[in-house]
Amino acid sequence: MTQSVVVQVGQCGNQIGCCFWDLALREHAAVNQKGIYDEAISSFFRNVDTRVVGDGGSISKGKICSLKARAVLIDMEEGVVNEILQGPLRDVFDSKQLITDISGSGNNWAVGYKVFGSLYQEQILEKLRKSAEHCDCLQCFFIIHSMGGGTGSGLGTFLLKLLEDEFPEVYRFVTSVYPSGEDDVITSPYNSILAMKELNEHADCVLPIDNQSLFDIISKIDLMVNSGKLGTTIKPKSLVTSSAGAVKKWHQRPFDAMNNIVANLLLNLTSSARFEGSLNMDLNEISMNLVPFPQLHYLVSSLTPLYTLADVNIPTRRLDQMFSDAFSKDHQLIRADPKHSLYLACALMVRGNVQVSDLRRNIERLKPSLQFVSWNQEGWKTSLCSVPPVGHSHSLLALANNTCVKPTFMELKERFMRLYKKKAHLHHYLQIEGMEESGFMEAVSSLSGLIEEYNQLDATKSMPVEDFPRLSIAV
Amino acid sequence: MSIVTVQLGQCGNQIGFEVFDALYTDSHCPQGLCSKRENEAYQASCKERFFSEEENGVPVARAVLVDMEPKVTSQTLSKAAQSGRWKYGQHSCFCQKQGSGNNWAYGYSVHGPRHEESIMNLIQKEVEKCDSLSGFFIIMSMAGGTGSGLGAFVTQNLQDQYSNSLKMNQIIWPYGTGEVIVQNYNSILTLSHLYRSSDALLVHENDVLHKICAKLMNIKQISFSDINQVLAHQLGSVFQPTYSVEGSCHYRRNPLGDLMENLVPHPEFKMLGIRNIPQMSENSLAYSTFTWAGLLKHLRQMLISNSKMEEGIDWQVRPPLPGLPTLGKASLNRGLHFNMSIANLVILRGKDVHSADLGGFKDSALYTSWLEPINAFNAWKTHRAFSKYEKSAALVSNSQFLLKPLDTIVGKAWNMFASKAYIHQYTKFGMEEEDFLDSFTLLEQVVASYCNL
Repeated sequence: MTQSVVVQVGQCGNQIGCCFWDLALREHAAVNQKGIYDEAISSFFRNVDTRVVGDGGSISKGKICSLKARAVLIDMEEGVVNEILQGPLRDVFDSKQLITDISGSGNNWAVGYKVFGSLYQEQILEKLRKSAEHCDCLQCFFIIHSMGGGTGSGLGTFLLKLLEDEFPEVYRFVTSVYPSGEDDVITSPYNSILAMKELNEHADCVLPIDNQSLFDIISKIDLMVNSGKLGTTIKPKSLVTSSAGAVKKWHQRPFDAMNNIVANLLLNLTSSARFEGSLNMDLNEISMNLVPFPQLHYLVSSLTPLYTLADVNIPTRRLDQMFSDAFSKDHQLIRADPKHSLYLACALMVRGNVQVSDLRRNIERLKPSLQFVSWNQEGWKTSLCSVPPVGHSHSLLALANNTCVKPTFMELKERFMRLYKKKAHLHHYLQIEGMEESGFMEAVSSLSGLIEEYNQLDATKSMPVEDFPRLSIAV
Repeated sequence: MSIVTVQLGQCGNQIGFEVFDALYTDSHCPQGLCSKRENEAYQASCKERFFSEEENGVPVARAVLVDMEPKVTSQTLSKAAQSGRWKYGQHSCFCQKQGSGNNWAYGYSVHGPRHEESIMNLIQKEVEKCDSLSGFFIIMSMAGGTGSGLGAFVTQNLQDQYSNSLKMNQIIWPYGTGEVIVQNYNSILTLSHLYRSSDALLVHENDVLHKICAKLMNIKQISFSDINQVLAHQLGSVFQPTYSVEGSCHYRRNPLGDLMENLVPHPEFKMLGIRNIPQMSENSLAYSTFTWAGLLKHLRQMLISNSKMEEGIDWQVRPPLPGLPTLGKASLNRGLHFNMSIANLVILRGKDVHSADLGGFKDSALYTSWLEPINAFNAWKTHRAFSKYEKSAALVSNSQFLLKPLDTIVGKAWNMFASKAYIHQYTKFGMEEEDFLDSFTLLEQVVASYCNL
């Protein structure tokens, strides 16, 4: 089995990361009742004998002594990382895994990328190499960051090129939080577009998320929880938004609930690689199946169900509902409507008590209402993992390579152009050494190129599907 | 003579377990419906073919387990060991950590050469345990990366290293509605390579097995375990011992050799399909009785009309009348399509086998003109009943069974290839577009050959 390393960059990245580690521990604790350090846990955690000073404490088998996350935490401000180190997860990280600074990036991609990039390059490489050395067989880096700010956006994407050069065989999966429409950072369009170019060129797979969609999902759940409908008591731990332990009042710390959704996304994405099942799906299969052309590696995700009702019998109808929901625009983690756009490929990763016949039945049921590109009419990748998430009997993660990402990119480009035309705030960027206007132009053109590829695919939507003439053989 | 099984990838290993389990369970079945001496001879023959002995008496499957990631093989090994009835050899397993990522090129060009020595050594050890080797049975899927790519590589190696032994590949065809997005690429690459290095390709389609589970076995929530058990039952009904000569009590010694000799007269035609009858849930079995006449009539019609199971058979289809041009030459989409055979093998097990009338299968209208029916058709028999069936019949056919599915897969792969989608994932590991084109050419040739029977 392989290992993965999580690199969390910036405030958003680290807050999501923190939720991820919390839920990962909870999941493994639920599955691994005997406390033995097995291959599943080793995918994200090291087992360390804390009595040993220095680096030699790794234990590869036997009882769990002390689990350490395979993570590198990077932030150019100290606040968030300090909070993590003082919180309940402080023993899961050690100081050797952190890179912090004090001044922050001022919501400026150029500061994150150019200034801190060159300042911390060596340190970052050193920490990454160390974490790779601790892995028996490193398969994937998971990078978590936001696009709209300075550190996550700038330093987070600077990392990608570094990873590509230093670890060319290791996959780079990026979870990127895109700025919503009412984002309060004025320069977020600049930061996002500059970051997008790096994602286009150096990421293997990107899972775009936006806060508005996450917020809408929590509102939906809240409505269900508080509606008090007869017979709809919800199992507390089953909320896709809930943390380990008691269900917190989400409106006190709304980001926690939202971050938990993203954390669950990452757990479900890796579940079939960590746990057994009748049809396994490893991380290298995600890229293989969902990325038909190198540039088109943006995957829209949806998680269902959002909660589990407390009644024990799950009629088939409810199971089928789970599949239907995965395709509804209300369940996507980014504002997108895959049903009314064109699918290039779709992956269905199922967990729990679901069998292949349920999967096949639902694919056949839903297929007529979905549009797939002509050369991939049966573009389904499926997996069945036996272990359900905590609090659920079954769950589904759908990953769609679909032209419905296009509107997000187009809006981003529009917001960028509105600022750029007036040269608003541009001087903050251009005064950074190494930044020139050409950098902006290249970034926009990279994005335009991507949008154009989606446009061309969309143009084929209404065309009739024709078979290409086959090779003719002389008999 | 013994058969060494090589189980590759998740599919191959999951199926392999069910196959050995079915073979073992049947050979120790108390309701053999024959004399004790007969039963013992049957058991001994089954054992010689598929199991070797270990000190504490638990039979060890003659198998090598290969996978590029550890979860499935460790599950398979422990499931067998836990049963307490048979097991896999402790050191018969080779696995790695990373998997093949559903990438044929990765399985073939990276894993293959890298692990060639280790895998071939394991196989060698298993071969050395056999007094006499009949050949290899390789179980793999076409849709993924390890079974397909590494499977093709290993088969090629077997051809080089054991040129005198036979190789039969048991290949699983994925669901038509898509299990793996690049399944059609992986399939054409696998099939074209195996066509050059394997002696026979025994094909099972997930769609067909699924229908059998749903319609005949009445299973509501079908799991892969159910599907694999149906498959294992079909394989068992073919590979369990049968008499070598009509009326004797001695069991056939070289099952693979005999099978190839009977069914693969020409290297251009290697694709075999299995049908069996009856197939039903245990509950229904208790209420059913069968006659050989009834079973064989259905089986013959299943052959002629290319029906996948004993339900929903199209009784309208008839063999062509002599003197008229055969219908096989027409397009693949015709309605009353008669399934032309090159060769057929029927295997009968159970009560009163010698009274079964196989005349219907000897009709020359069923076969191409190259072989006399006496050569094109063979029958194997044994009194010993199989599994819980008082009477059962299996058909292994080299006919147009797989023509349409093959054509469909080639067509879909071609459409995807024309758009160049996913090609970069393969060229990353040393493959070129030429390799794809070679595969397409070879398979179009196979399609044309079967079409023109």
